[in-house]
Amino acid sequence: MSKDIWTFARVINGRLTETSFELLTWGRALADSLGSSLCSVFISSKIQNDEVDKLFLYGADKVYAIQDERLKNFLPDIYMKAACHMIKKYSPHVVIAPADTFGKTLMPMVASRLRTGLTADCTELSIEDETGLLLQTRPAIGGNVMATIKTPYTVPQMATVRPMAKKPLKHKGSAREMVEEKVEEEFFTSSYEYVGFRQDESSEIALNQAEVIVGGGRGMKDEKNFSRLYELASLLGGGVGASRAAVDMGWVAYPHQIGLSGKTVSPKVYFAFGISGAVQHIAGISGAGHVISVNKDPDSNIFNISDLSIIGDCNEVLEKLVKKLQETGAVIKNERV
Amino acid sequence: MKMAVLVKQVPATENIKIDPVTGVMQRDNLQSELNPLDTYAVEQAVRMKKNFQQSTVTAVSMGIPAAQSILRQAIAMGCDEGVLLSDRAFAGSDTWATAHVLAKGLQKLGGFDIIFAGERATDGETGQVGPCVAVQLNIPVLTFVSEVKIEEDGKILATRSVEGGYELVRVSSPVLISVVKEINEPWIPDYNGMMKSRSASIKIMTAQDIGVDKADCGLEGSPTRVSKVFYPKLTRNGEVFSDSDPEKAAQKIVDFLKEKNIL
Repeated sequence: MSKDIWTFARVINGRLTETSFELLTWGRALADSLGSSLCSVFISSKIQNDEVDKLFLYGADKVYAIQDERLKNFLPDIYMKAACHMIKKYSPHVVIAPADTFGKTLMPMVASRLRTGLTADCTELSIEDETGLLLQTRPAIGGNVMATIKTPYTVPQMATVRPMAKKPLKHKGSAREMVEEKVEEEFFTSSYEYVGFRQDESSEIALNQAEVIVGGGRGMKDEKNFSRLYELASLLGGGVGASRAAVDMGWVAYPHQIGLSGKTVSPKVYFAFGISGAVQHIAGISGAGHVISVNKDPDSNIFNISDLSIIGDCNEVLEKLVKKLQETGAVIKNERV
Repeated sequence: MKMAVLVKQVPATENIKIDPVTGVMQRDNLQSELNPLDTYAVEQAVRMKKNFQQSTVTAVSMGIPAAQSILRQAIAMGCDEGVLLSDRAFAGSDTWATAHVLAKGLQKLGGFDIIFAGERATDGETGQVGPCVAVQLNIPVLTFVSEVKIEEDGKILATRSVEGGYELVRVSSPVLISVVKEINEPWIPDYNGMMKSRSASIKIMTAQDIGVDKADCGLEGSPTRVSKVFYPKLTRNGEVFSDSDPEKAAQKIVDFLKEKNIL
């Protein structure tokens, strides 16, 4: 039984996602405290060698991959078989995947098949000194409760972690081993037929991967005002989020909703324009680096969880802020891979 | 078409208050409700039932006896019947064990073409049970589904709401589909629905009824253990800026971003 830490990498259109490198930062700390190897694993169509090298650059000691043209798209049953095949063969101690639509589909399938524990949306992972077990801390009930969970009797111990919660970090490793796993032909039979992909025009940046999110609520007053949030978001290279009230008014579609019945996000900066800060909304932004809120009501709840609280008219402040950023040409400092 | 929909009883979050001093959720007088994200699954099953003759929808839940009330709510929304998998042995089940119990229950009831589930429950917030049930039943699963179409040959074409867009995927039934909120707008139950749900009898099935071994459910059957629970303080003690001039407020935001090394 190895003590290796595995993190899942994902390939989209021949390129590794940013989250693939973030996961190595999570894994590196665990591998270091166990004195074991950090392995990155991916299932995809064939990718370039210099793309694979990035995994080593960001901390992987070893890379396991199954590459085949038929693995270009995410077909859950084949991916599950592929993941289970590799896990059974090399028996890692811990397997980590992103808590996005990919990880949150694949990981429960794999954990179910292997009958082992899986903890969703962890915000903290560490190794227990005495036992070497993975301590998985996660929020529940909208972040109002935190629980630390263990998988004491089975391996691998599996967890998903939120994208954007850690930065990719370059690492000087010595070992750089690439293991290309071959699988049987019968592997590629799938119950799924991938038909196609349609880009969401309104939100090119997936909210759970955005560094900046500009959120708007009822205080924006109408759809036209609300649409101005896109100007700020585009200046800052971010995405637009919304409170449930704004979605219910029809100003913006549900994929933008943040909170208990919407998305949970961890951007570097979250702007709350005209959002009162209902408990359900706050549940979705507790992982944000900095929260900047603008609201007319000095007693709004959003101010209790803000790093900068502006008491004022959100539409007026938004207009001035957009103008100011346009004039100065200031841009967000980018640290992406 | 025979359909099932998985539902869960959760603490009602609509009226949760946060203690302004401690920043901790006030848990007194918490009511229970049907998981809000499950209502979209119920609604979708009921809408499909209307489009296909001789279809039935069975709402299935694992829970304490009091969870019958959410099955009644599902019936009020248009489900034909409710089944509650309830046994002391199920207490403490994690997602693996819960999925095992649900899969066994569904197998016992038998022959479902489509099983619907919500994206996740608003209390545990894992979203893991749906895919786990599908794997245990050895059927395909479609997650994060925002649109479902039944094609002429009976195949299912689903739209999955994923990062940055929508993925179109086709499968044959039986299948488990977990839906996201954008799929529909649930109707409020009408008078007839309410009356029907009141008189409906909820079928209760125990571990023995569905053939679940005690070693495979509850705490004993769960691969995970909760080792610690704590209540974090959610409040941040930020800076307040109250100058009514929006120009100055905008400047303040720019300064703040620069100070934090973001701009």
